[in-house]
Amino acid sequence: MSELLLQTRGLGCERDERQLFQGLDLSVHSSSLIRVTGPNGAGKTTLLRILCGLHGFYQGQLYWRGQPLASVRESFLANLLYLGHNPGVNAALTATENLSAAVGAQQPVTRRQCEQALVWSGLAGYEDVPCRHLSAGQRRRVALARLYLSGAPLWILDEPFTALDREGVASLEALLAARAEAGGAVVLTTHHRLTLPGLEQWHLGAGETRHESP
Amino acid sequence: MKAHNPTPVQLREAPRSGLLAVCLSTLRRDLLVRVRNAQDLVNPLIFFVIVVSLFPLGVSPQEAFLRTAGPGVIWVAALLAVLLSLDSLFRDDYEDGSLDQWLLIPQPLFVLVLVRVLCHWCLAVLPLIVLAPLLGLMMHMPPGQIGVLCLTLLLGTPVLSLVGSMGAALTVGLGGGGVLLSLLVLPLYVPVLLFATGAVMAAAEGASYSPQLMLLGALLALAVTLAPLASAGALRISASQG
Repeated sequence: MSELLLQTRGLGCERDERQLFQGLDLSVHSSSLIRVTGPNGAGKTTLLRILCGLHGFYQGQLYWRGQPLASVRESFLANLLYLGHNPGVNAALTATENLSAAVGAQQPVTRRQCEQALVWSGLAGYEDVPCRHLSAGQRRRVALARLYLSGAPLWILDEPFTALDREGVASLEALLAARAEAGGAVVLTTHHRLTLPGLEQWHLGAGETRHESP
Repeated sequence: MKAHNPTPVQLREAPRSGLLAVCLSTLRRDLLVRVRNAQDLVNPLIFFVIVVSLFPLGVSPQEAFLRTAGPGVIWVAALLAVLLSLDSLFRDDYEDGSLDQWLLIPQPLFVLVLVRVLCHWCLAVLPLIVLAPLLGLMMHMPPGQIGVLCLTLLLGTPVLSLVGSMGAALTVGLGGGGVLLSLLVLPLYVPVLLFATGAVMAAAEGASYSPQLMLLGALLALAVTLAPLASAGALRISASQG
């Protein structure tokens, strides 16, 4: 039974006097995997930021489970996990400190849980290394370790595959598929070729918007 | 990384953590980051000491001159040192994407801003106030006046940090925001400077300095209540540009 989580009506955004998109009626149901596609500069990141409530300048309405998003903001944010294309990893902190700060701002978390999550994301042995000494892919993995501890029904991921190695890409794909099966919803952007079953596509670009369902 | 994720999907009506827990977690992270980037804390301190100690060399080492100029010089140096330290308040977080995560915390943003400014003040500004009596002695200020000077610094510098956080939040998304930050914030610093140096001057003349201290206290109350709200709004605007 899939439930309607997030919905947009007539969503449009103008940036630097250029209309990125307009009149978008989109909906995100639980147990769905959605990929936003489009050429560079089409507004994929902006769309994701609007959906999270980070970007405040847009036309149209957003609804969380049928209610206007602004009026249920607190409960919406409690159910959301967003990873931007900057991973949000502070270079001066160690991997464990970064993870426990990022998760600790949302829910109670122990050091042990953080270490387990880092081992899970392939950073065993790097738990106490300052992130300035980690590679771009490893920093991405620090951010992705949050997925392990997150029970949020809605994941919005902007370019989560960037800088990951081939094995990492494959296991993240499998994780996302498993997540959709378990009842979570995932909205993501990527330029990678994705081979996920049941993938829905939102295509942005050059003023026209296509909507493809599997 | 494995496909298996042990945390089940669960819809929630309310955030899992209370405000206090989130504030403590934010405070812990902020303290860690600031202590690890110690050069950002030492810079304003060195700047403060150098500016004040160059004054006797550059202008005049005469005791009478130093005594009259002392409070003003120390206050101006402290003000510029605070301004210097403010640019880094949100900049790193904006650049590495942590600021977005901060804005997505369900709890009210202005409370978190207040926590961060408090942390900044304790680590970057409080050492200046601890050093101020030494510099006061160097400027031949009598002990009574040094006490008043420290009092005005204790009341006045939090206002500088809070007001500066609004400027830092507004300019965080702009490259080279440092110049704009100074232009935006300096006019708002003038009343603090006037009342603070006014209080020390009044103490030097043996007059009552409590009116100036009360005005500084009023400015502090105003800044504590309003500046975090304005900074939170400014951060949201800056994030919308990103």
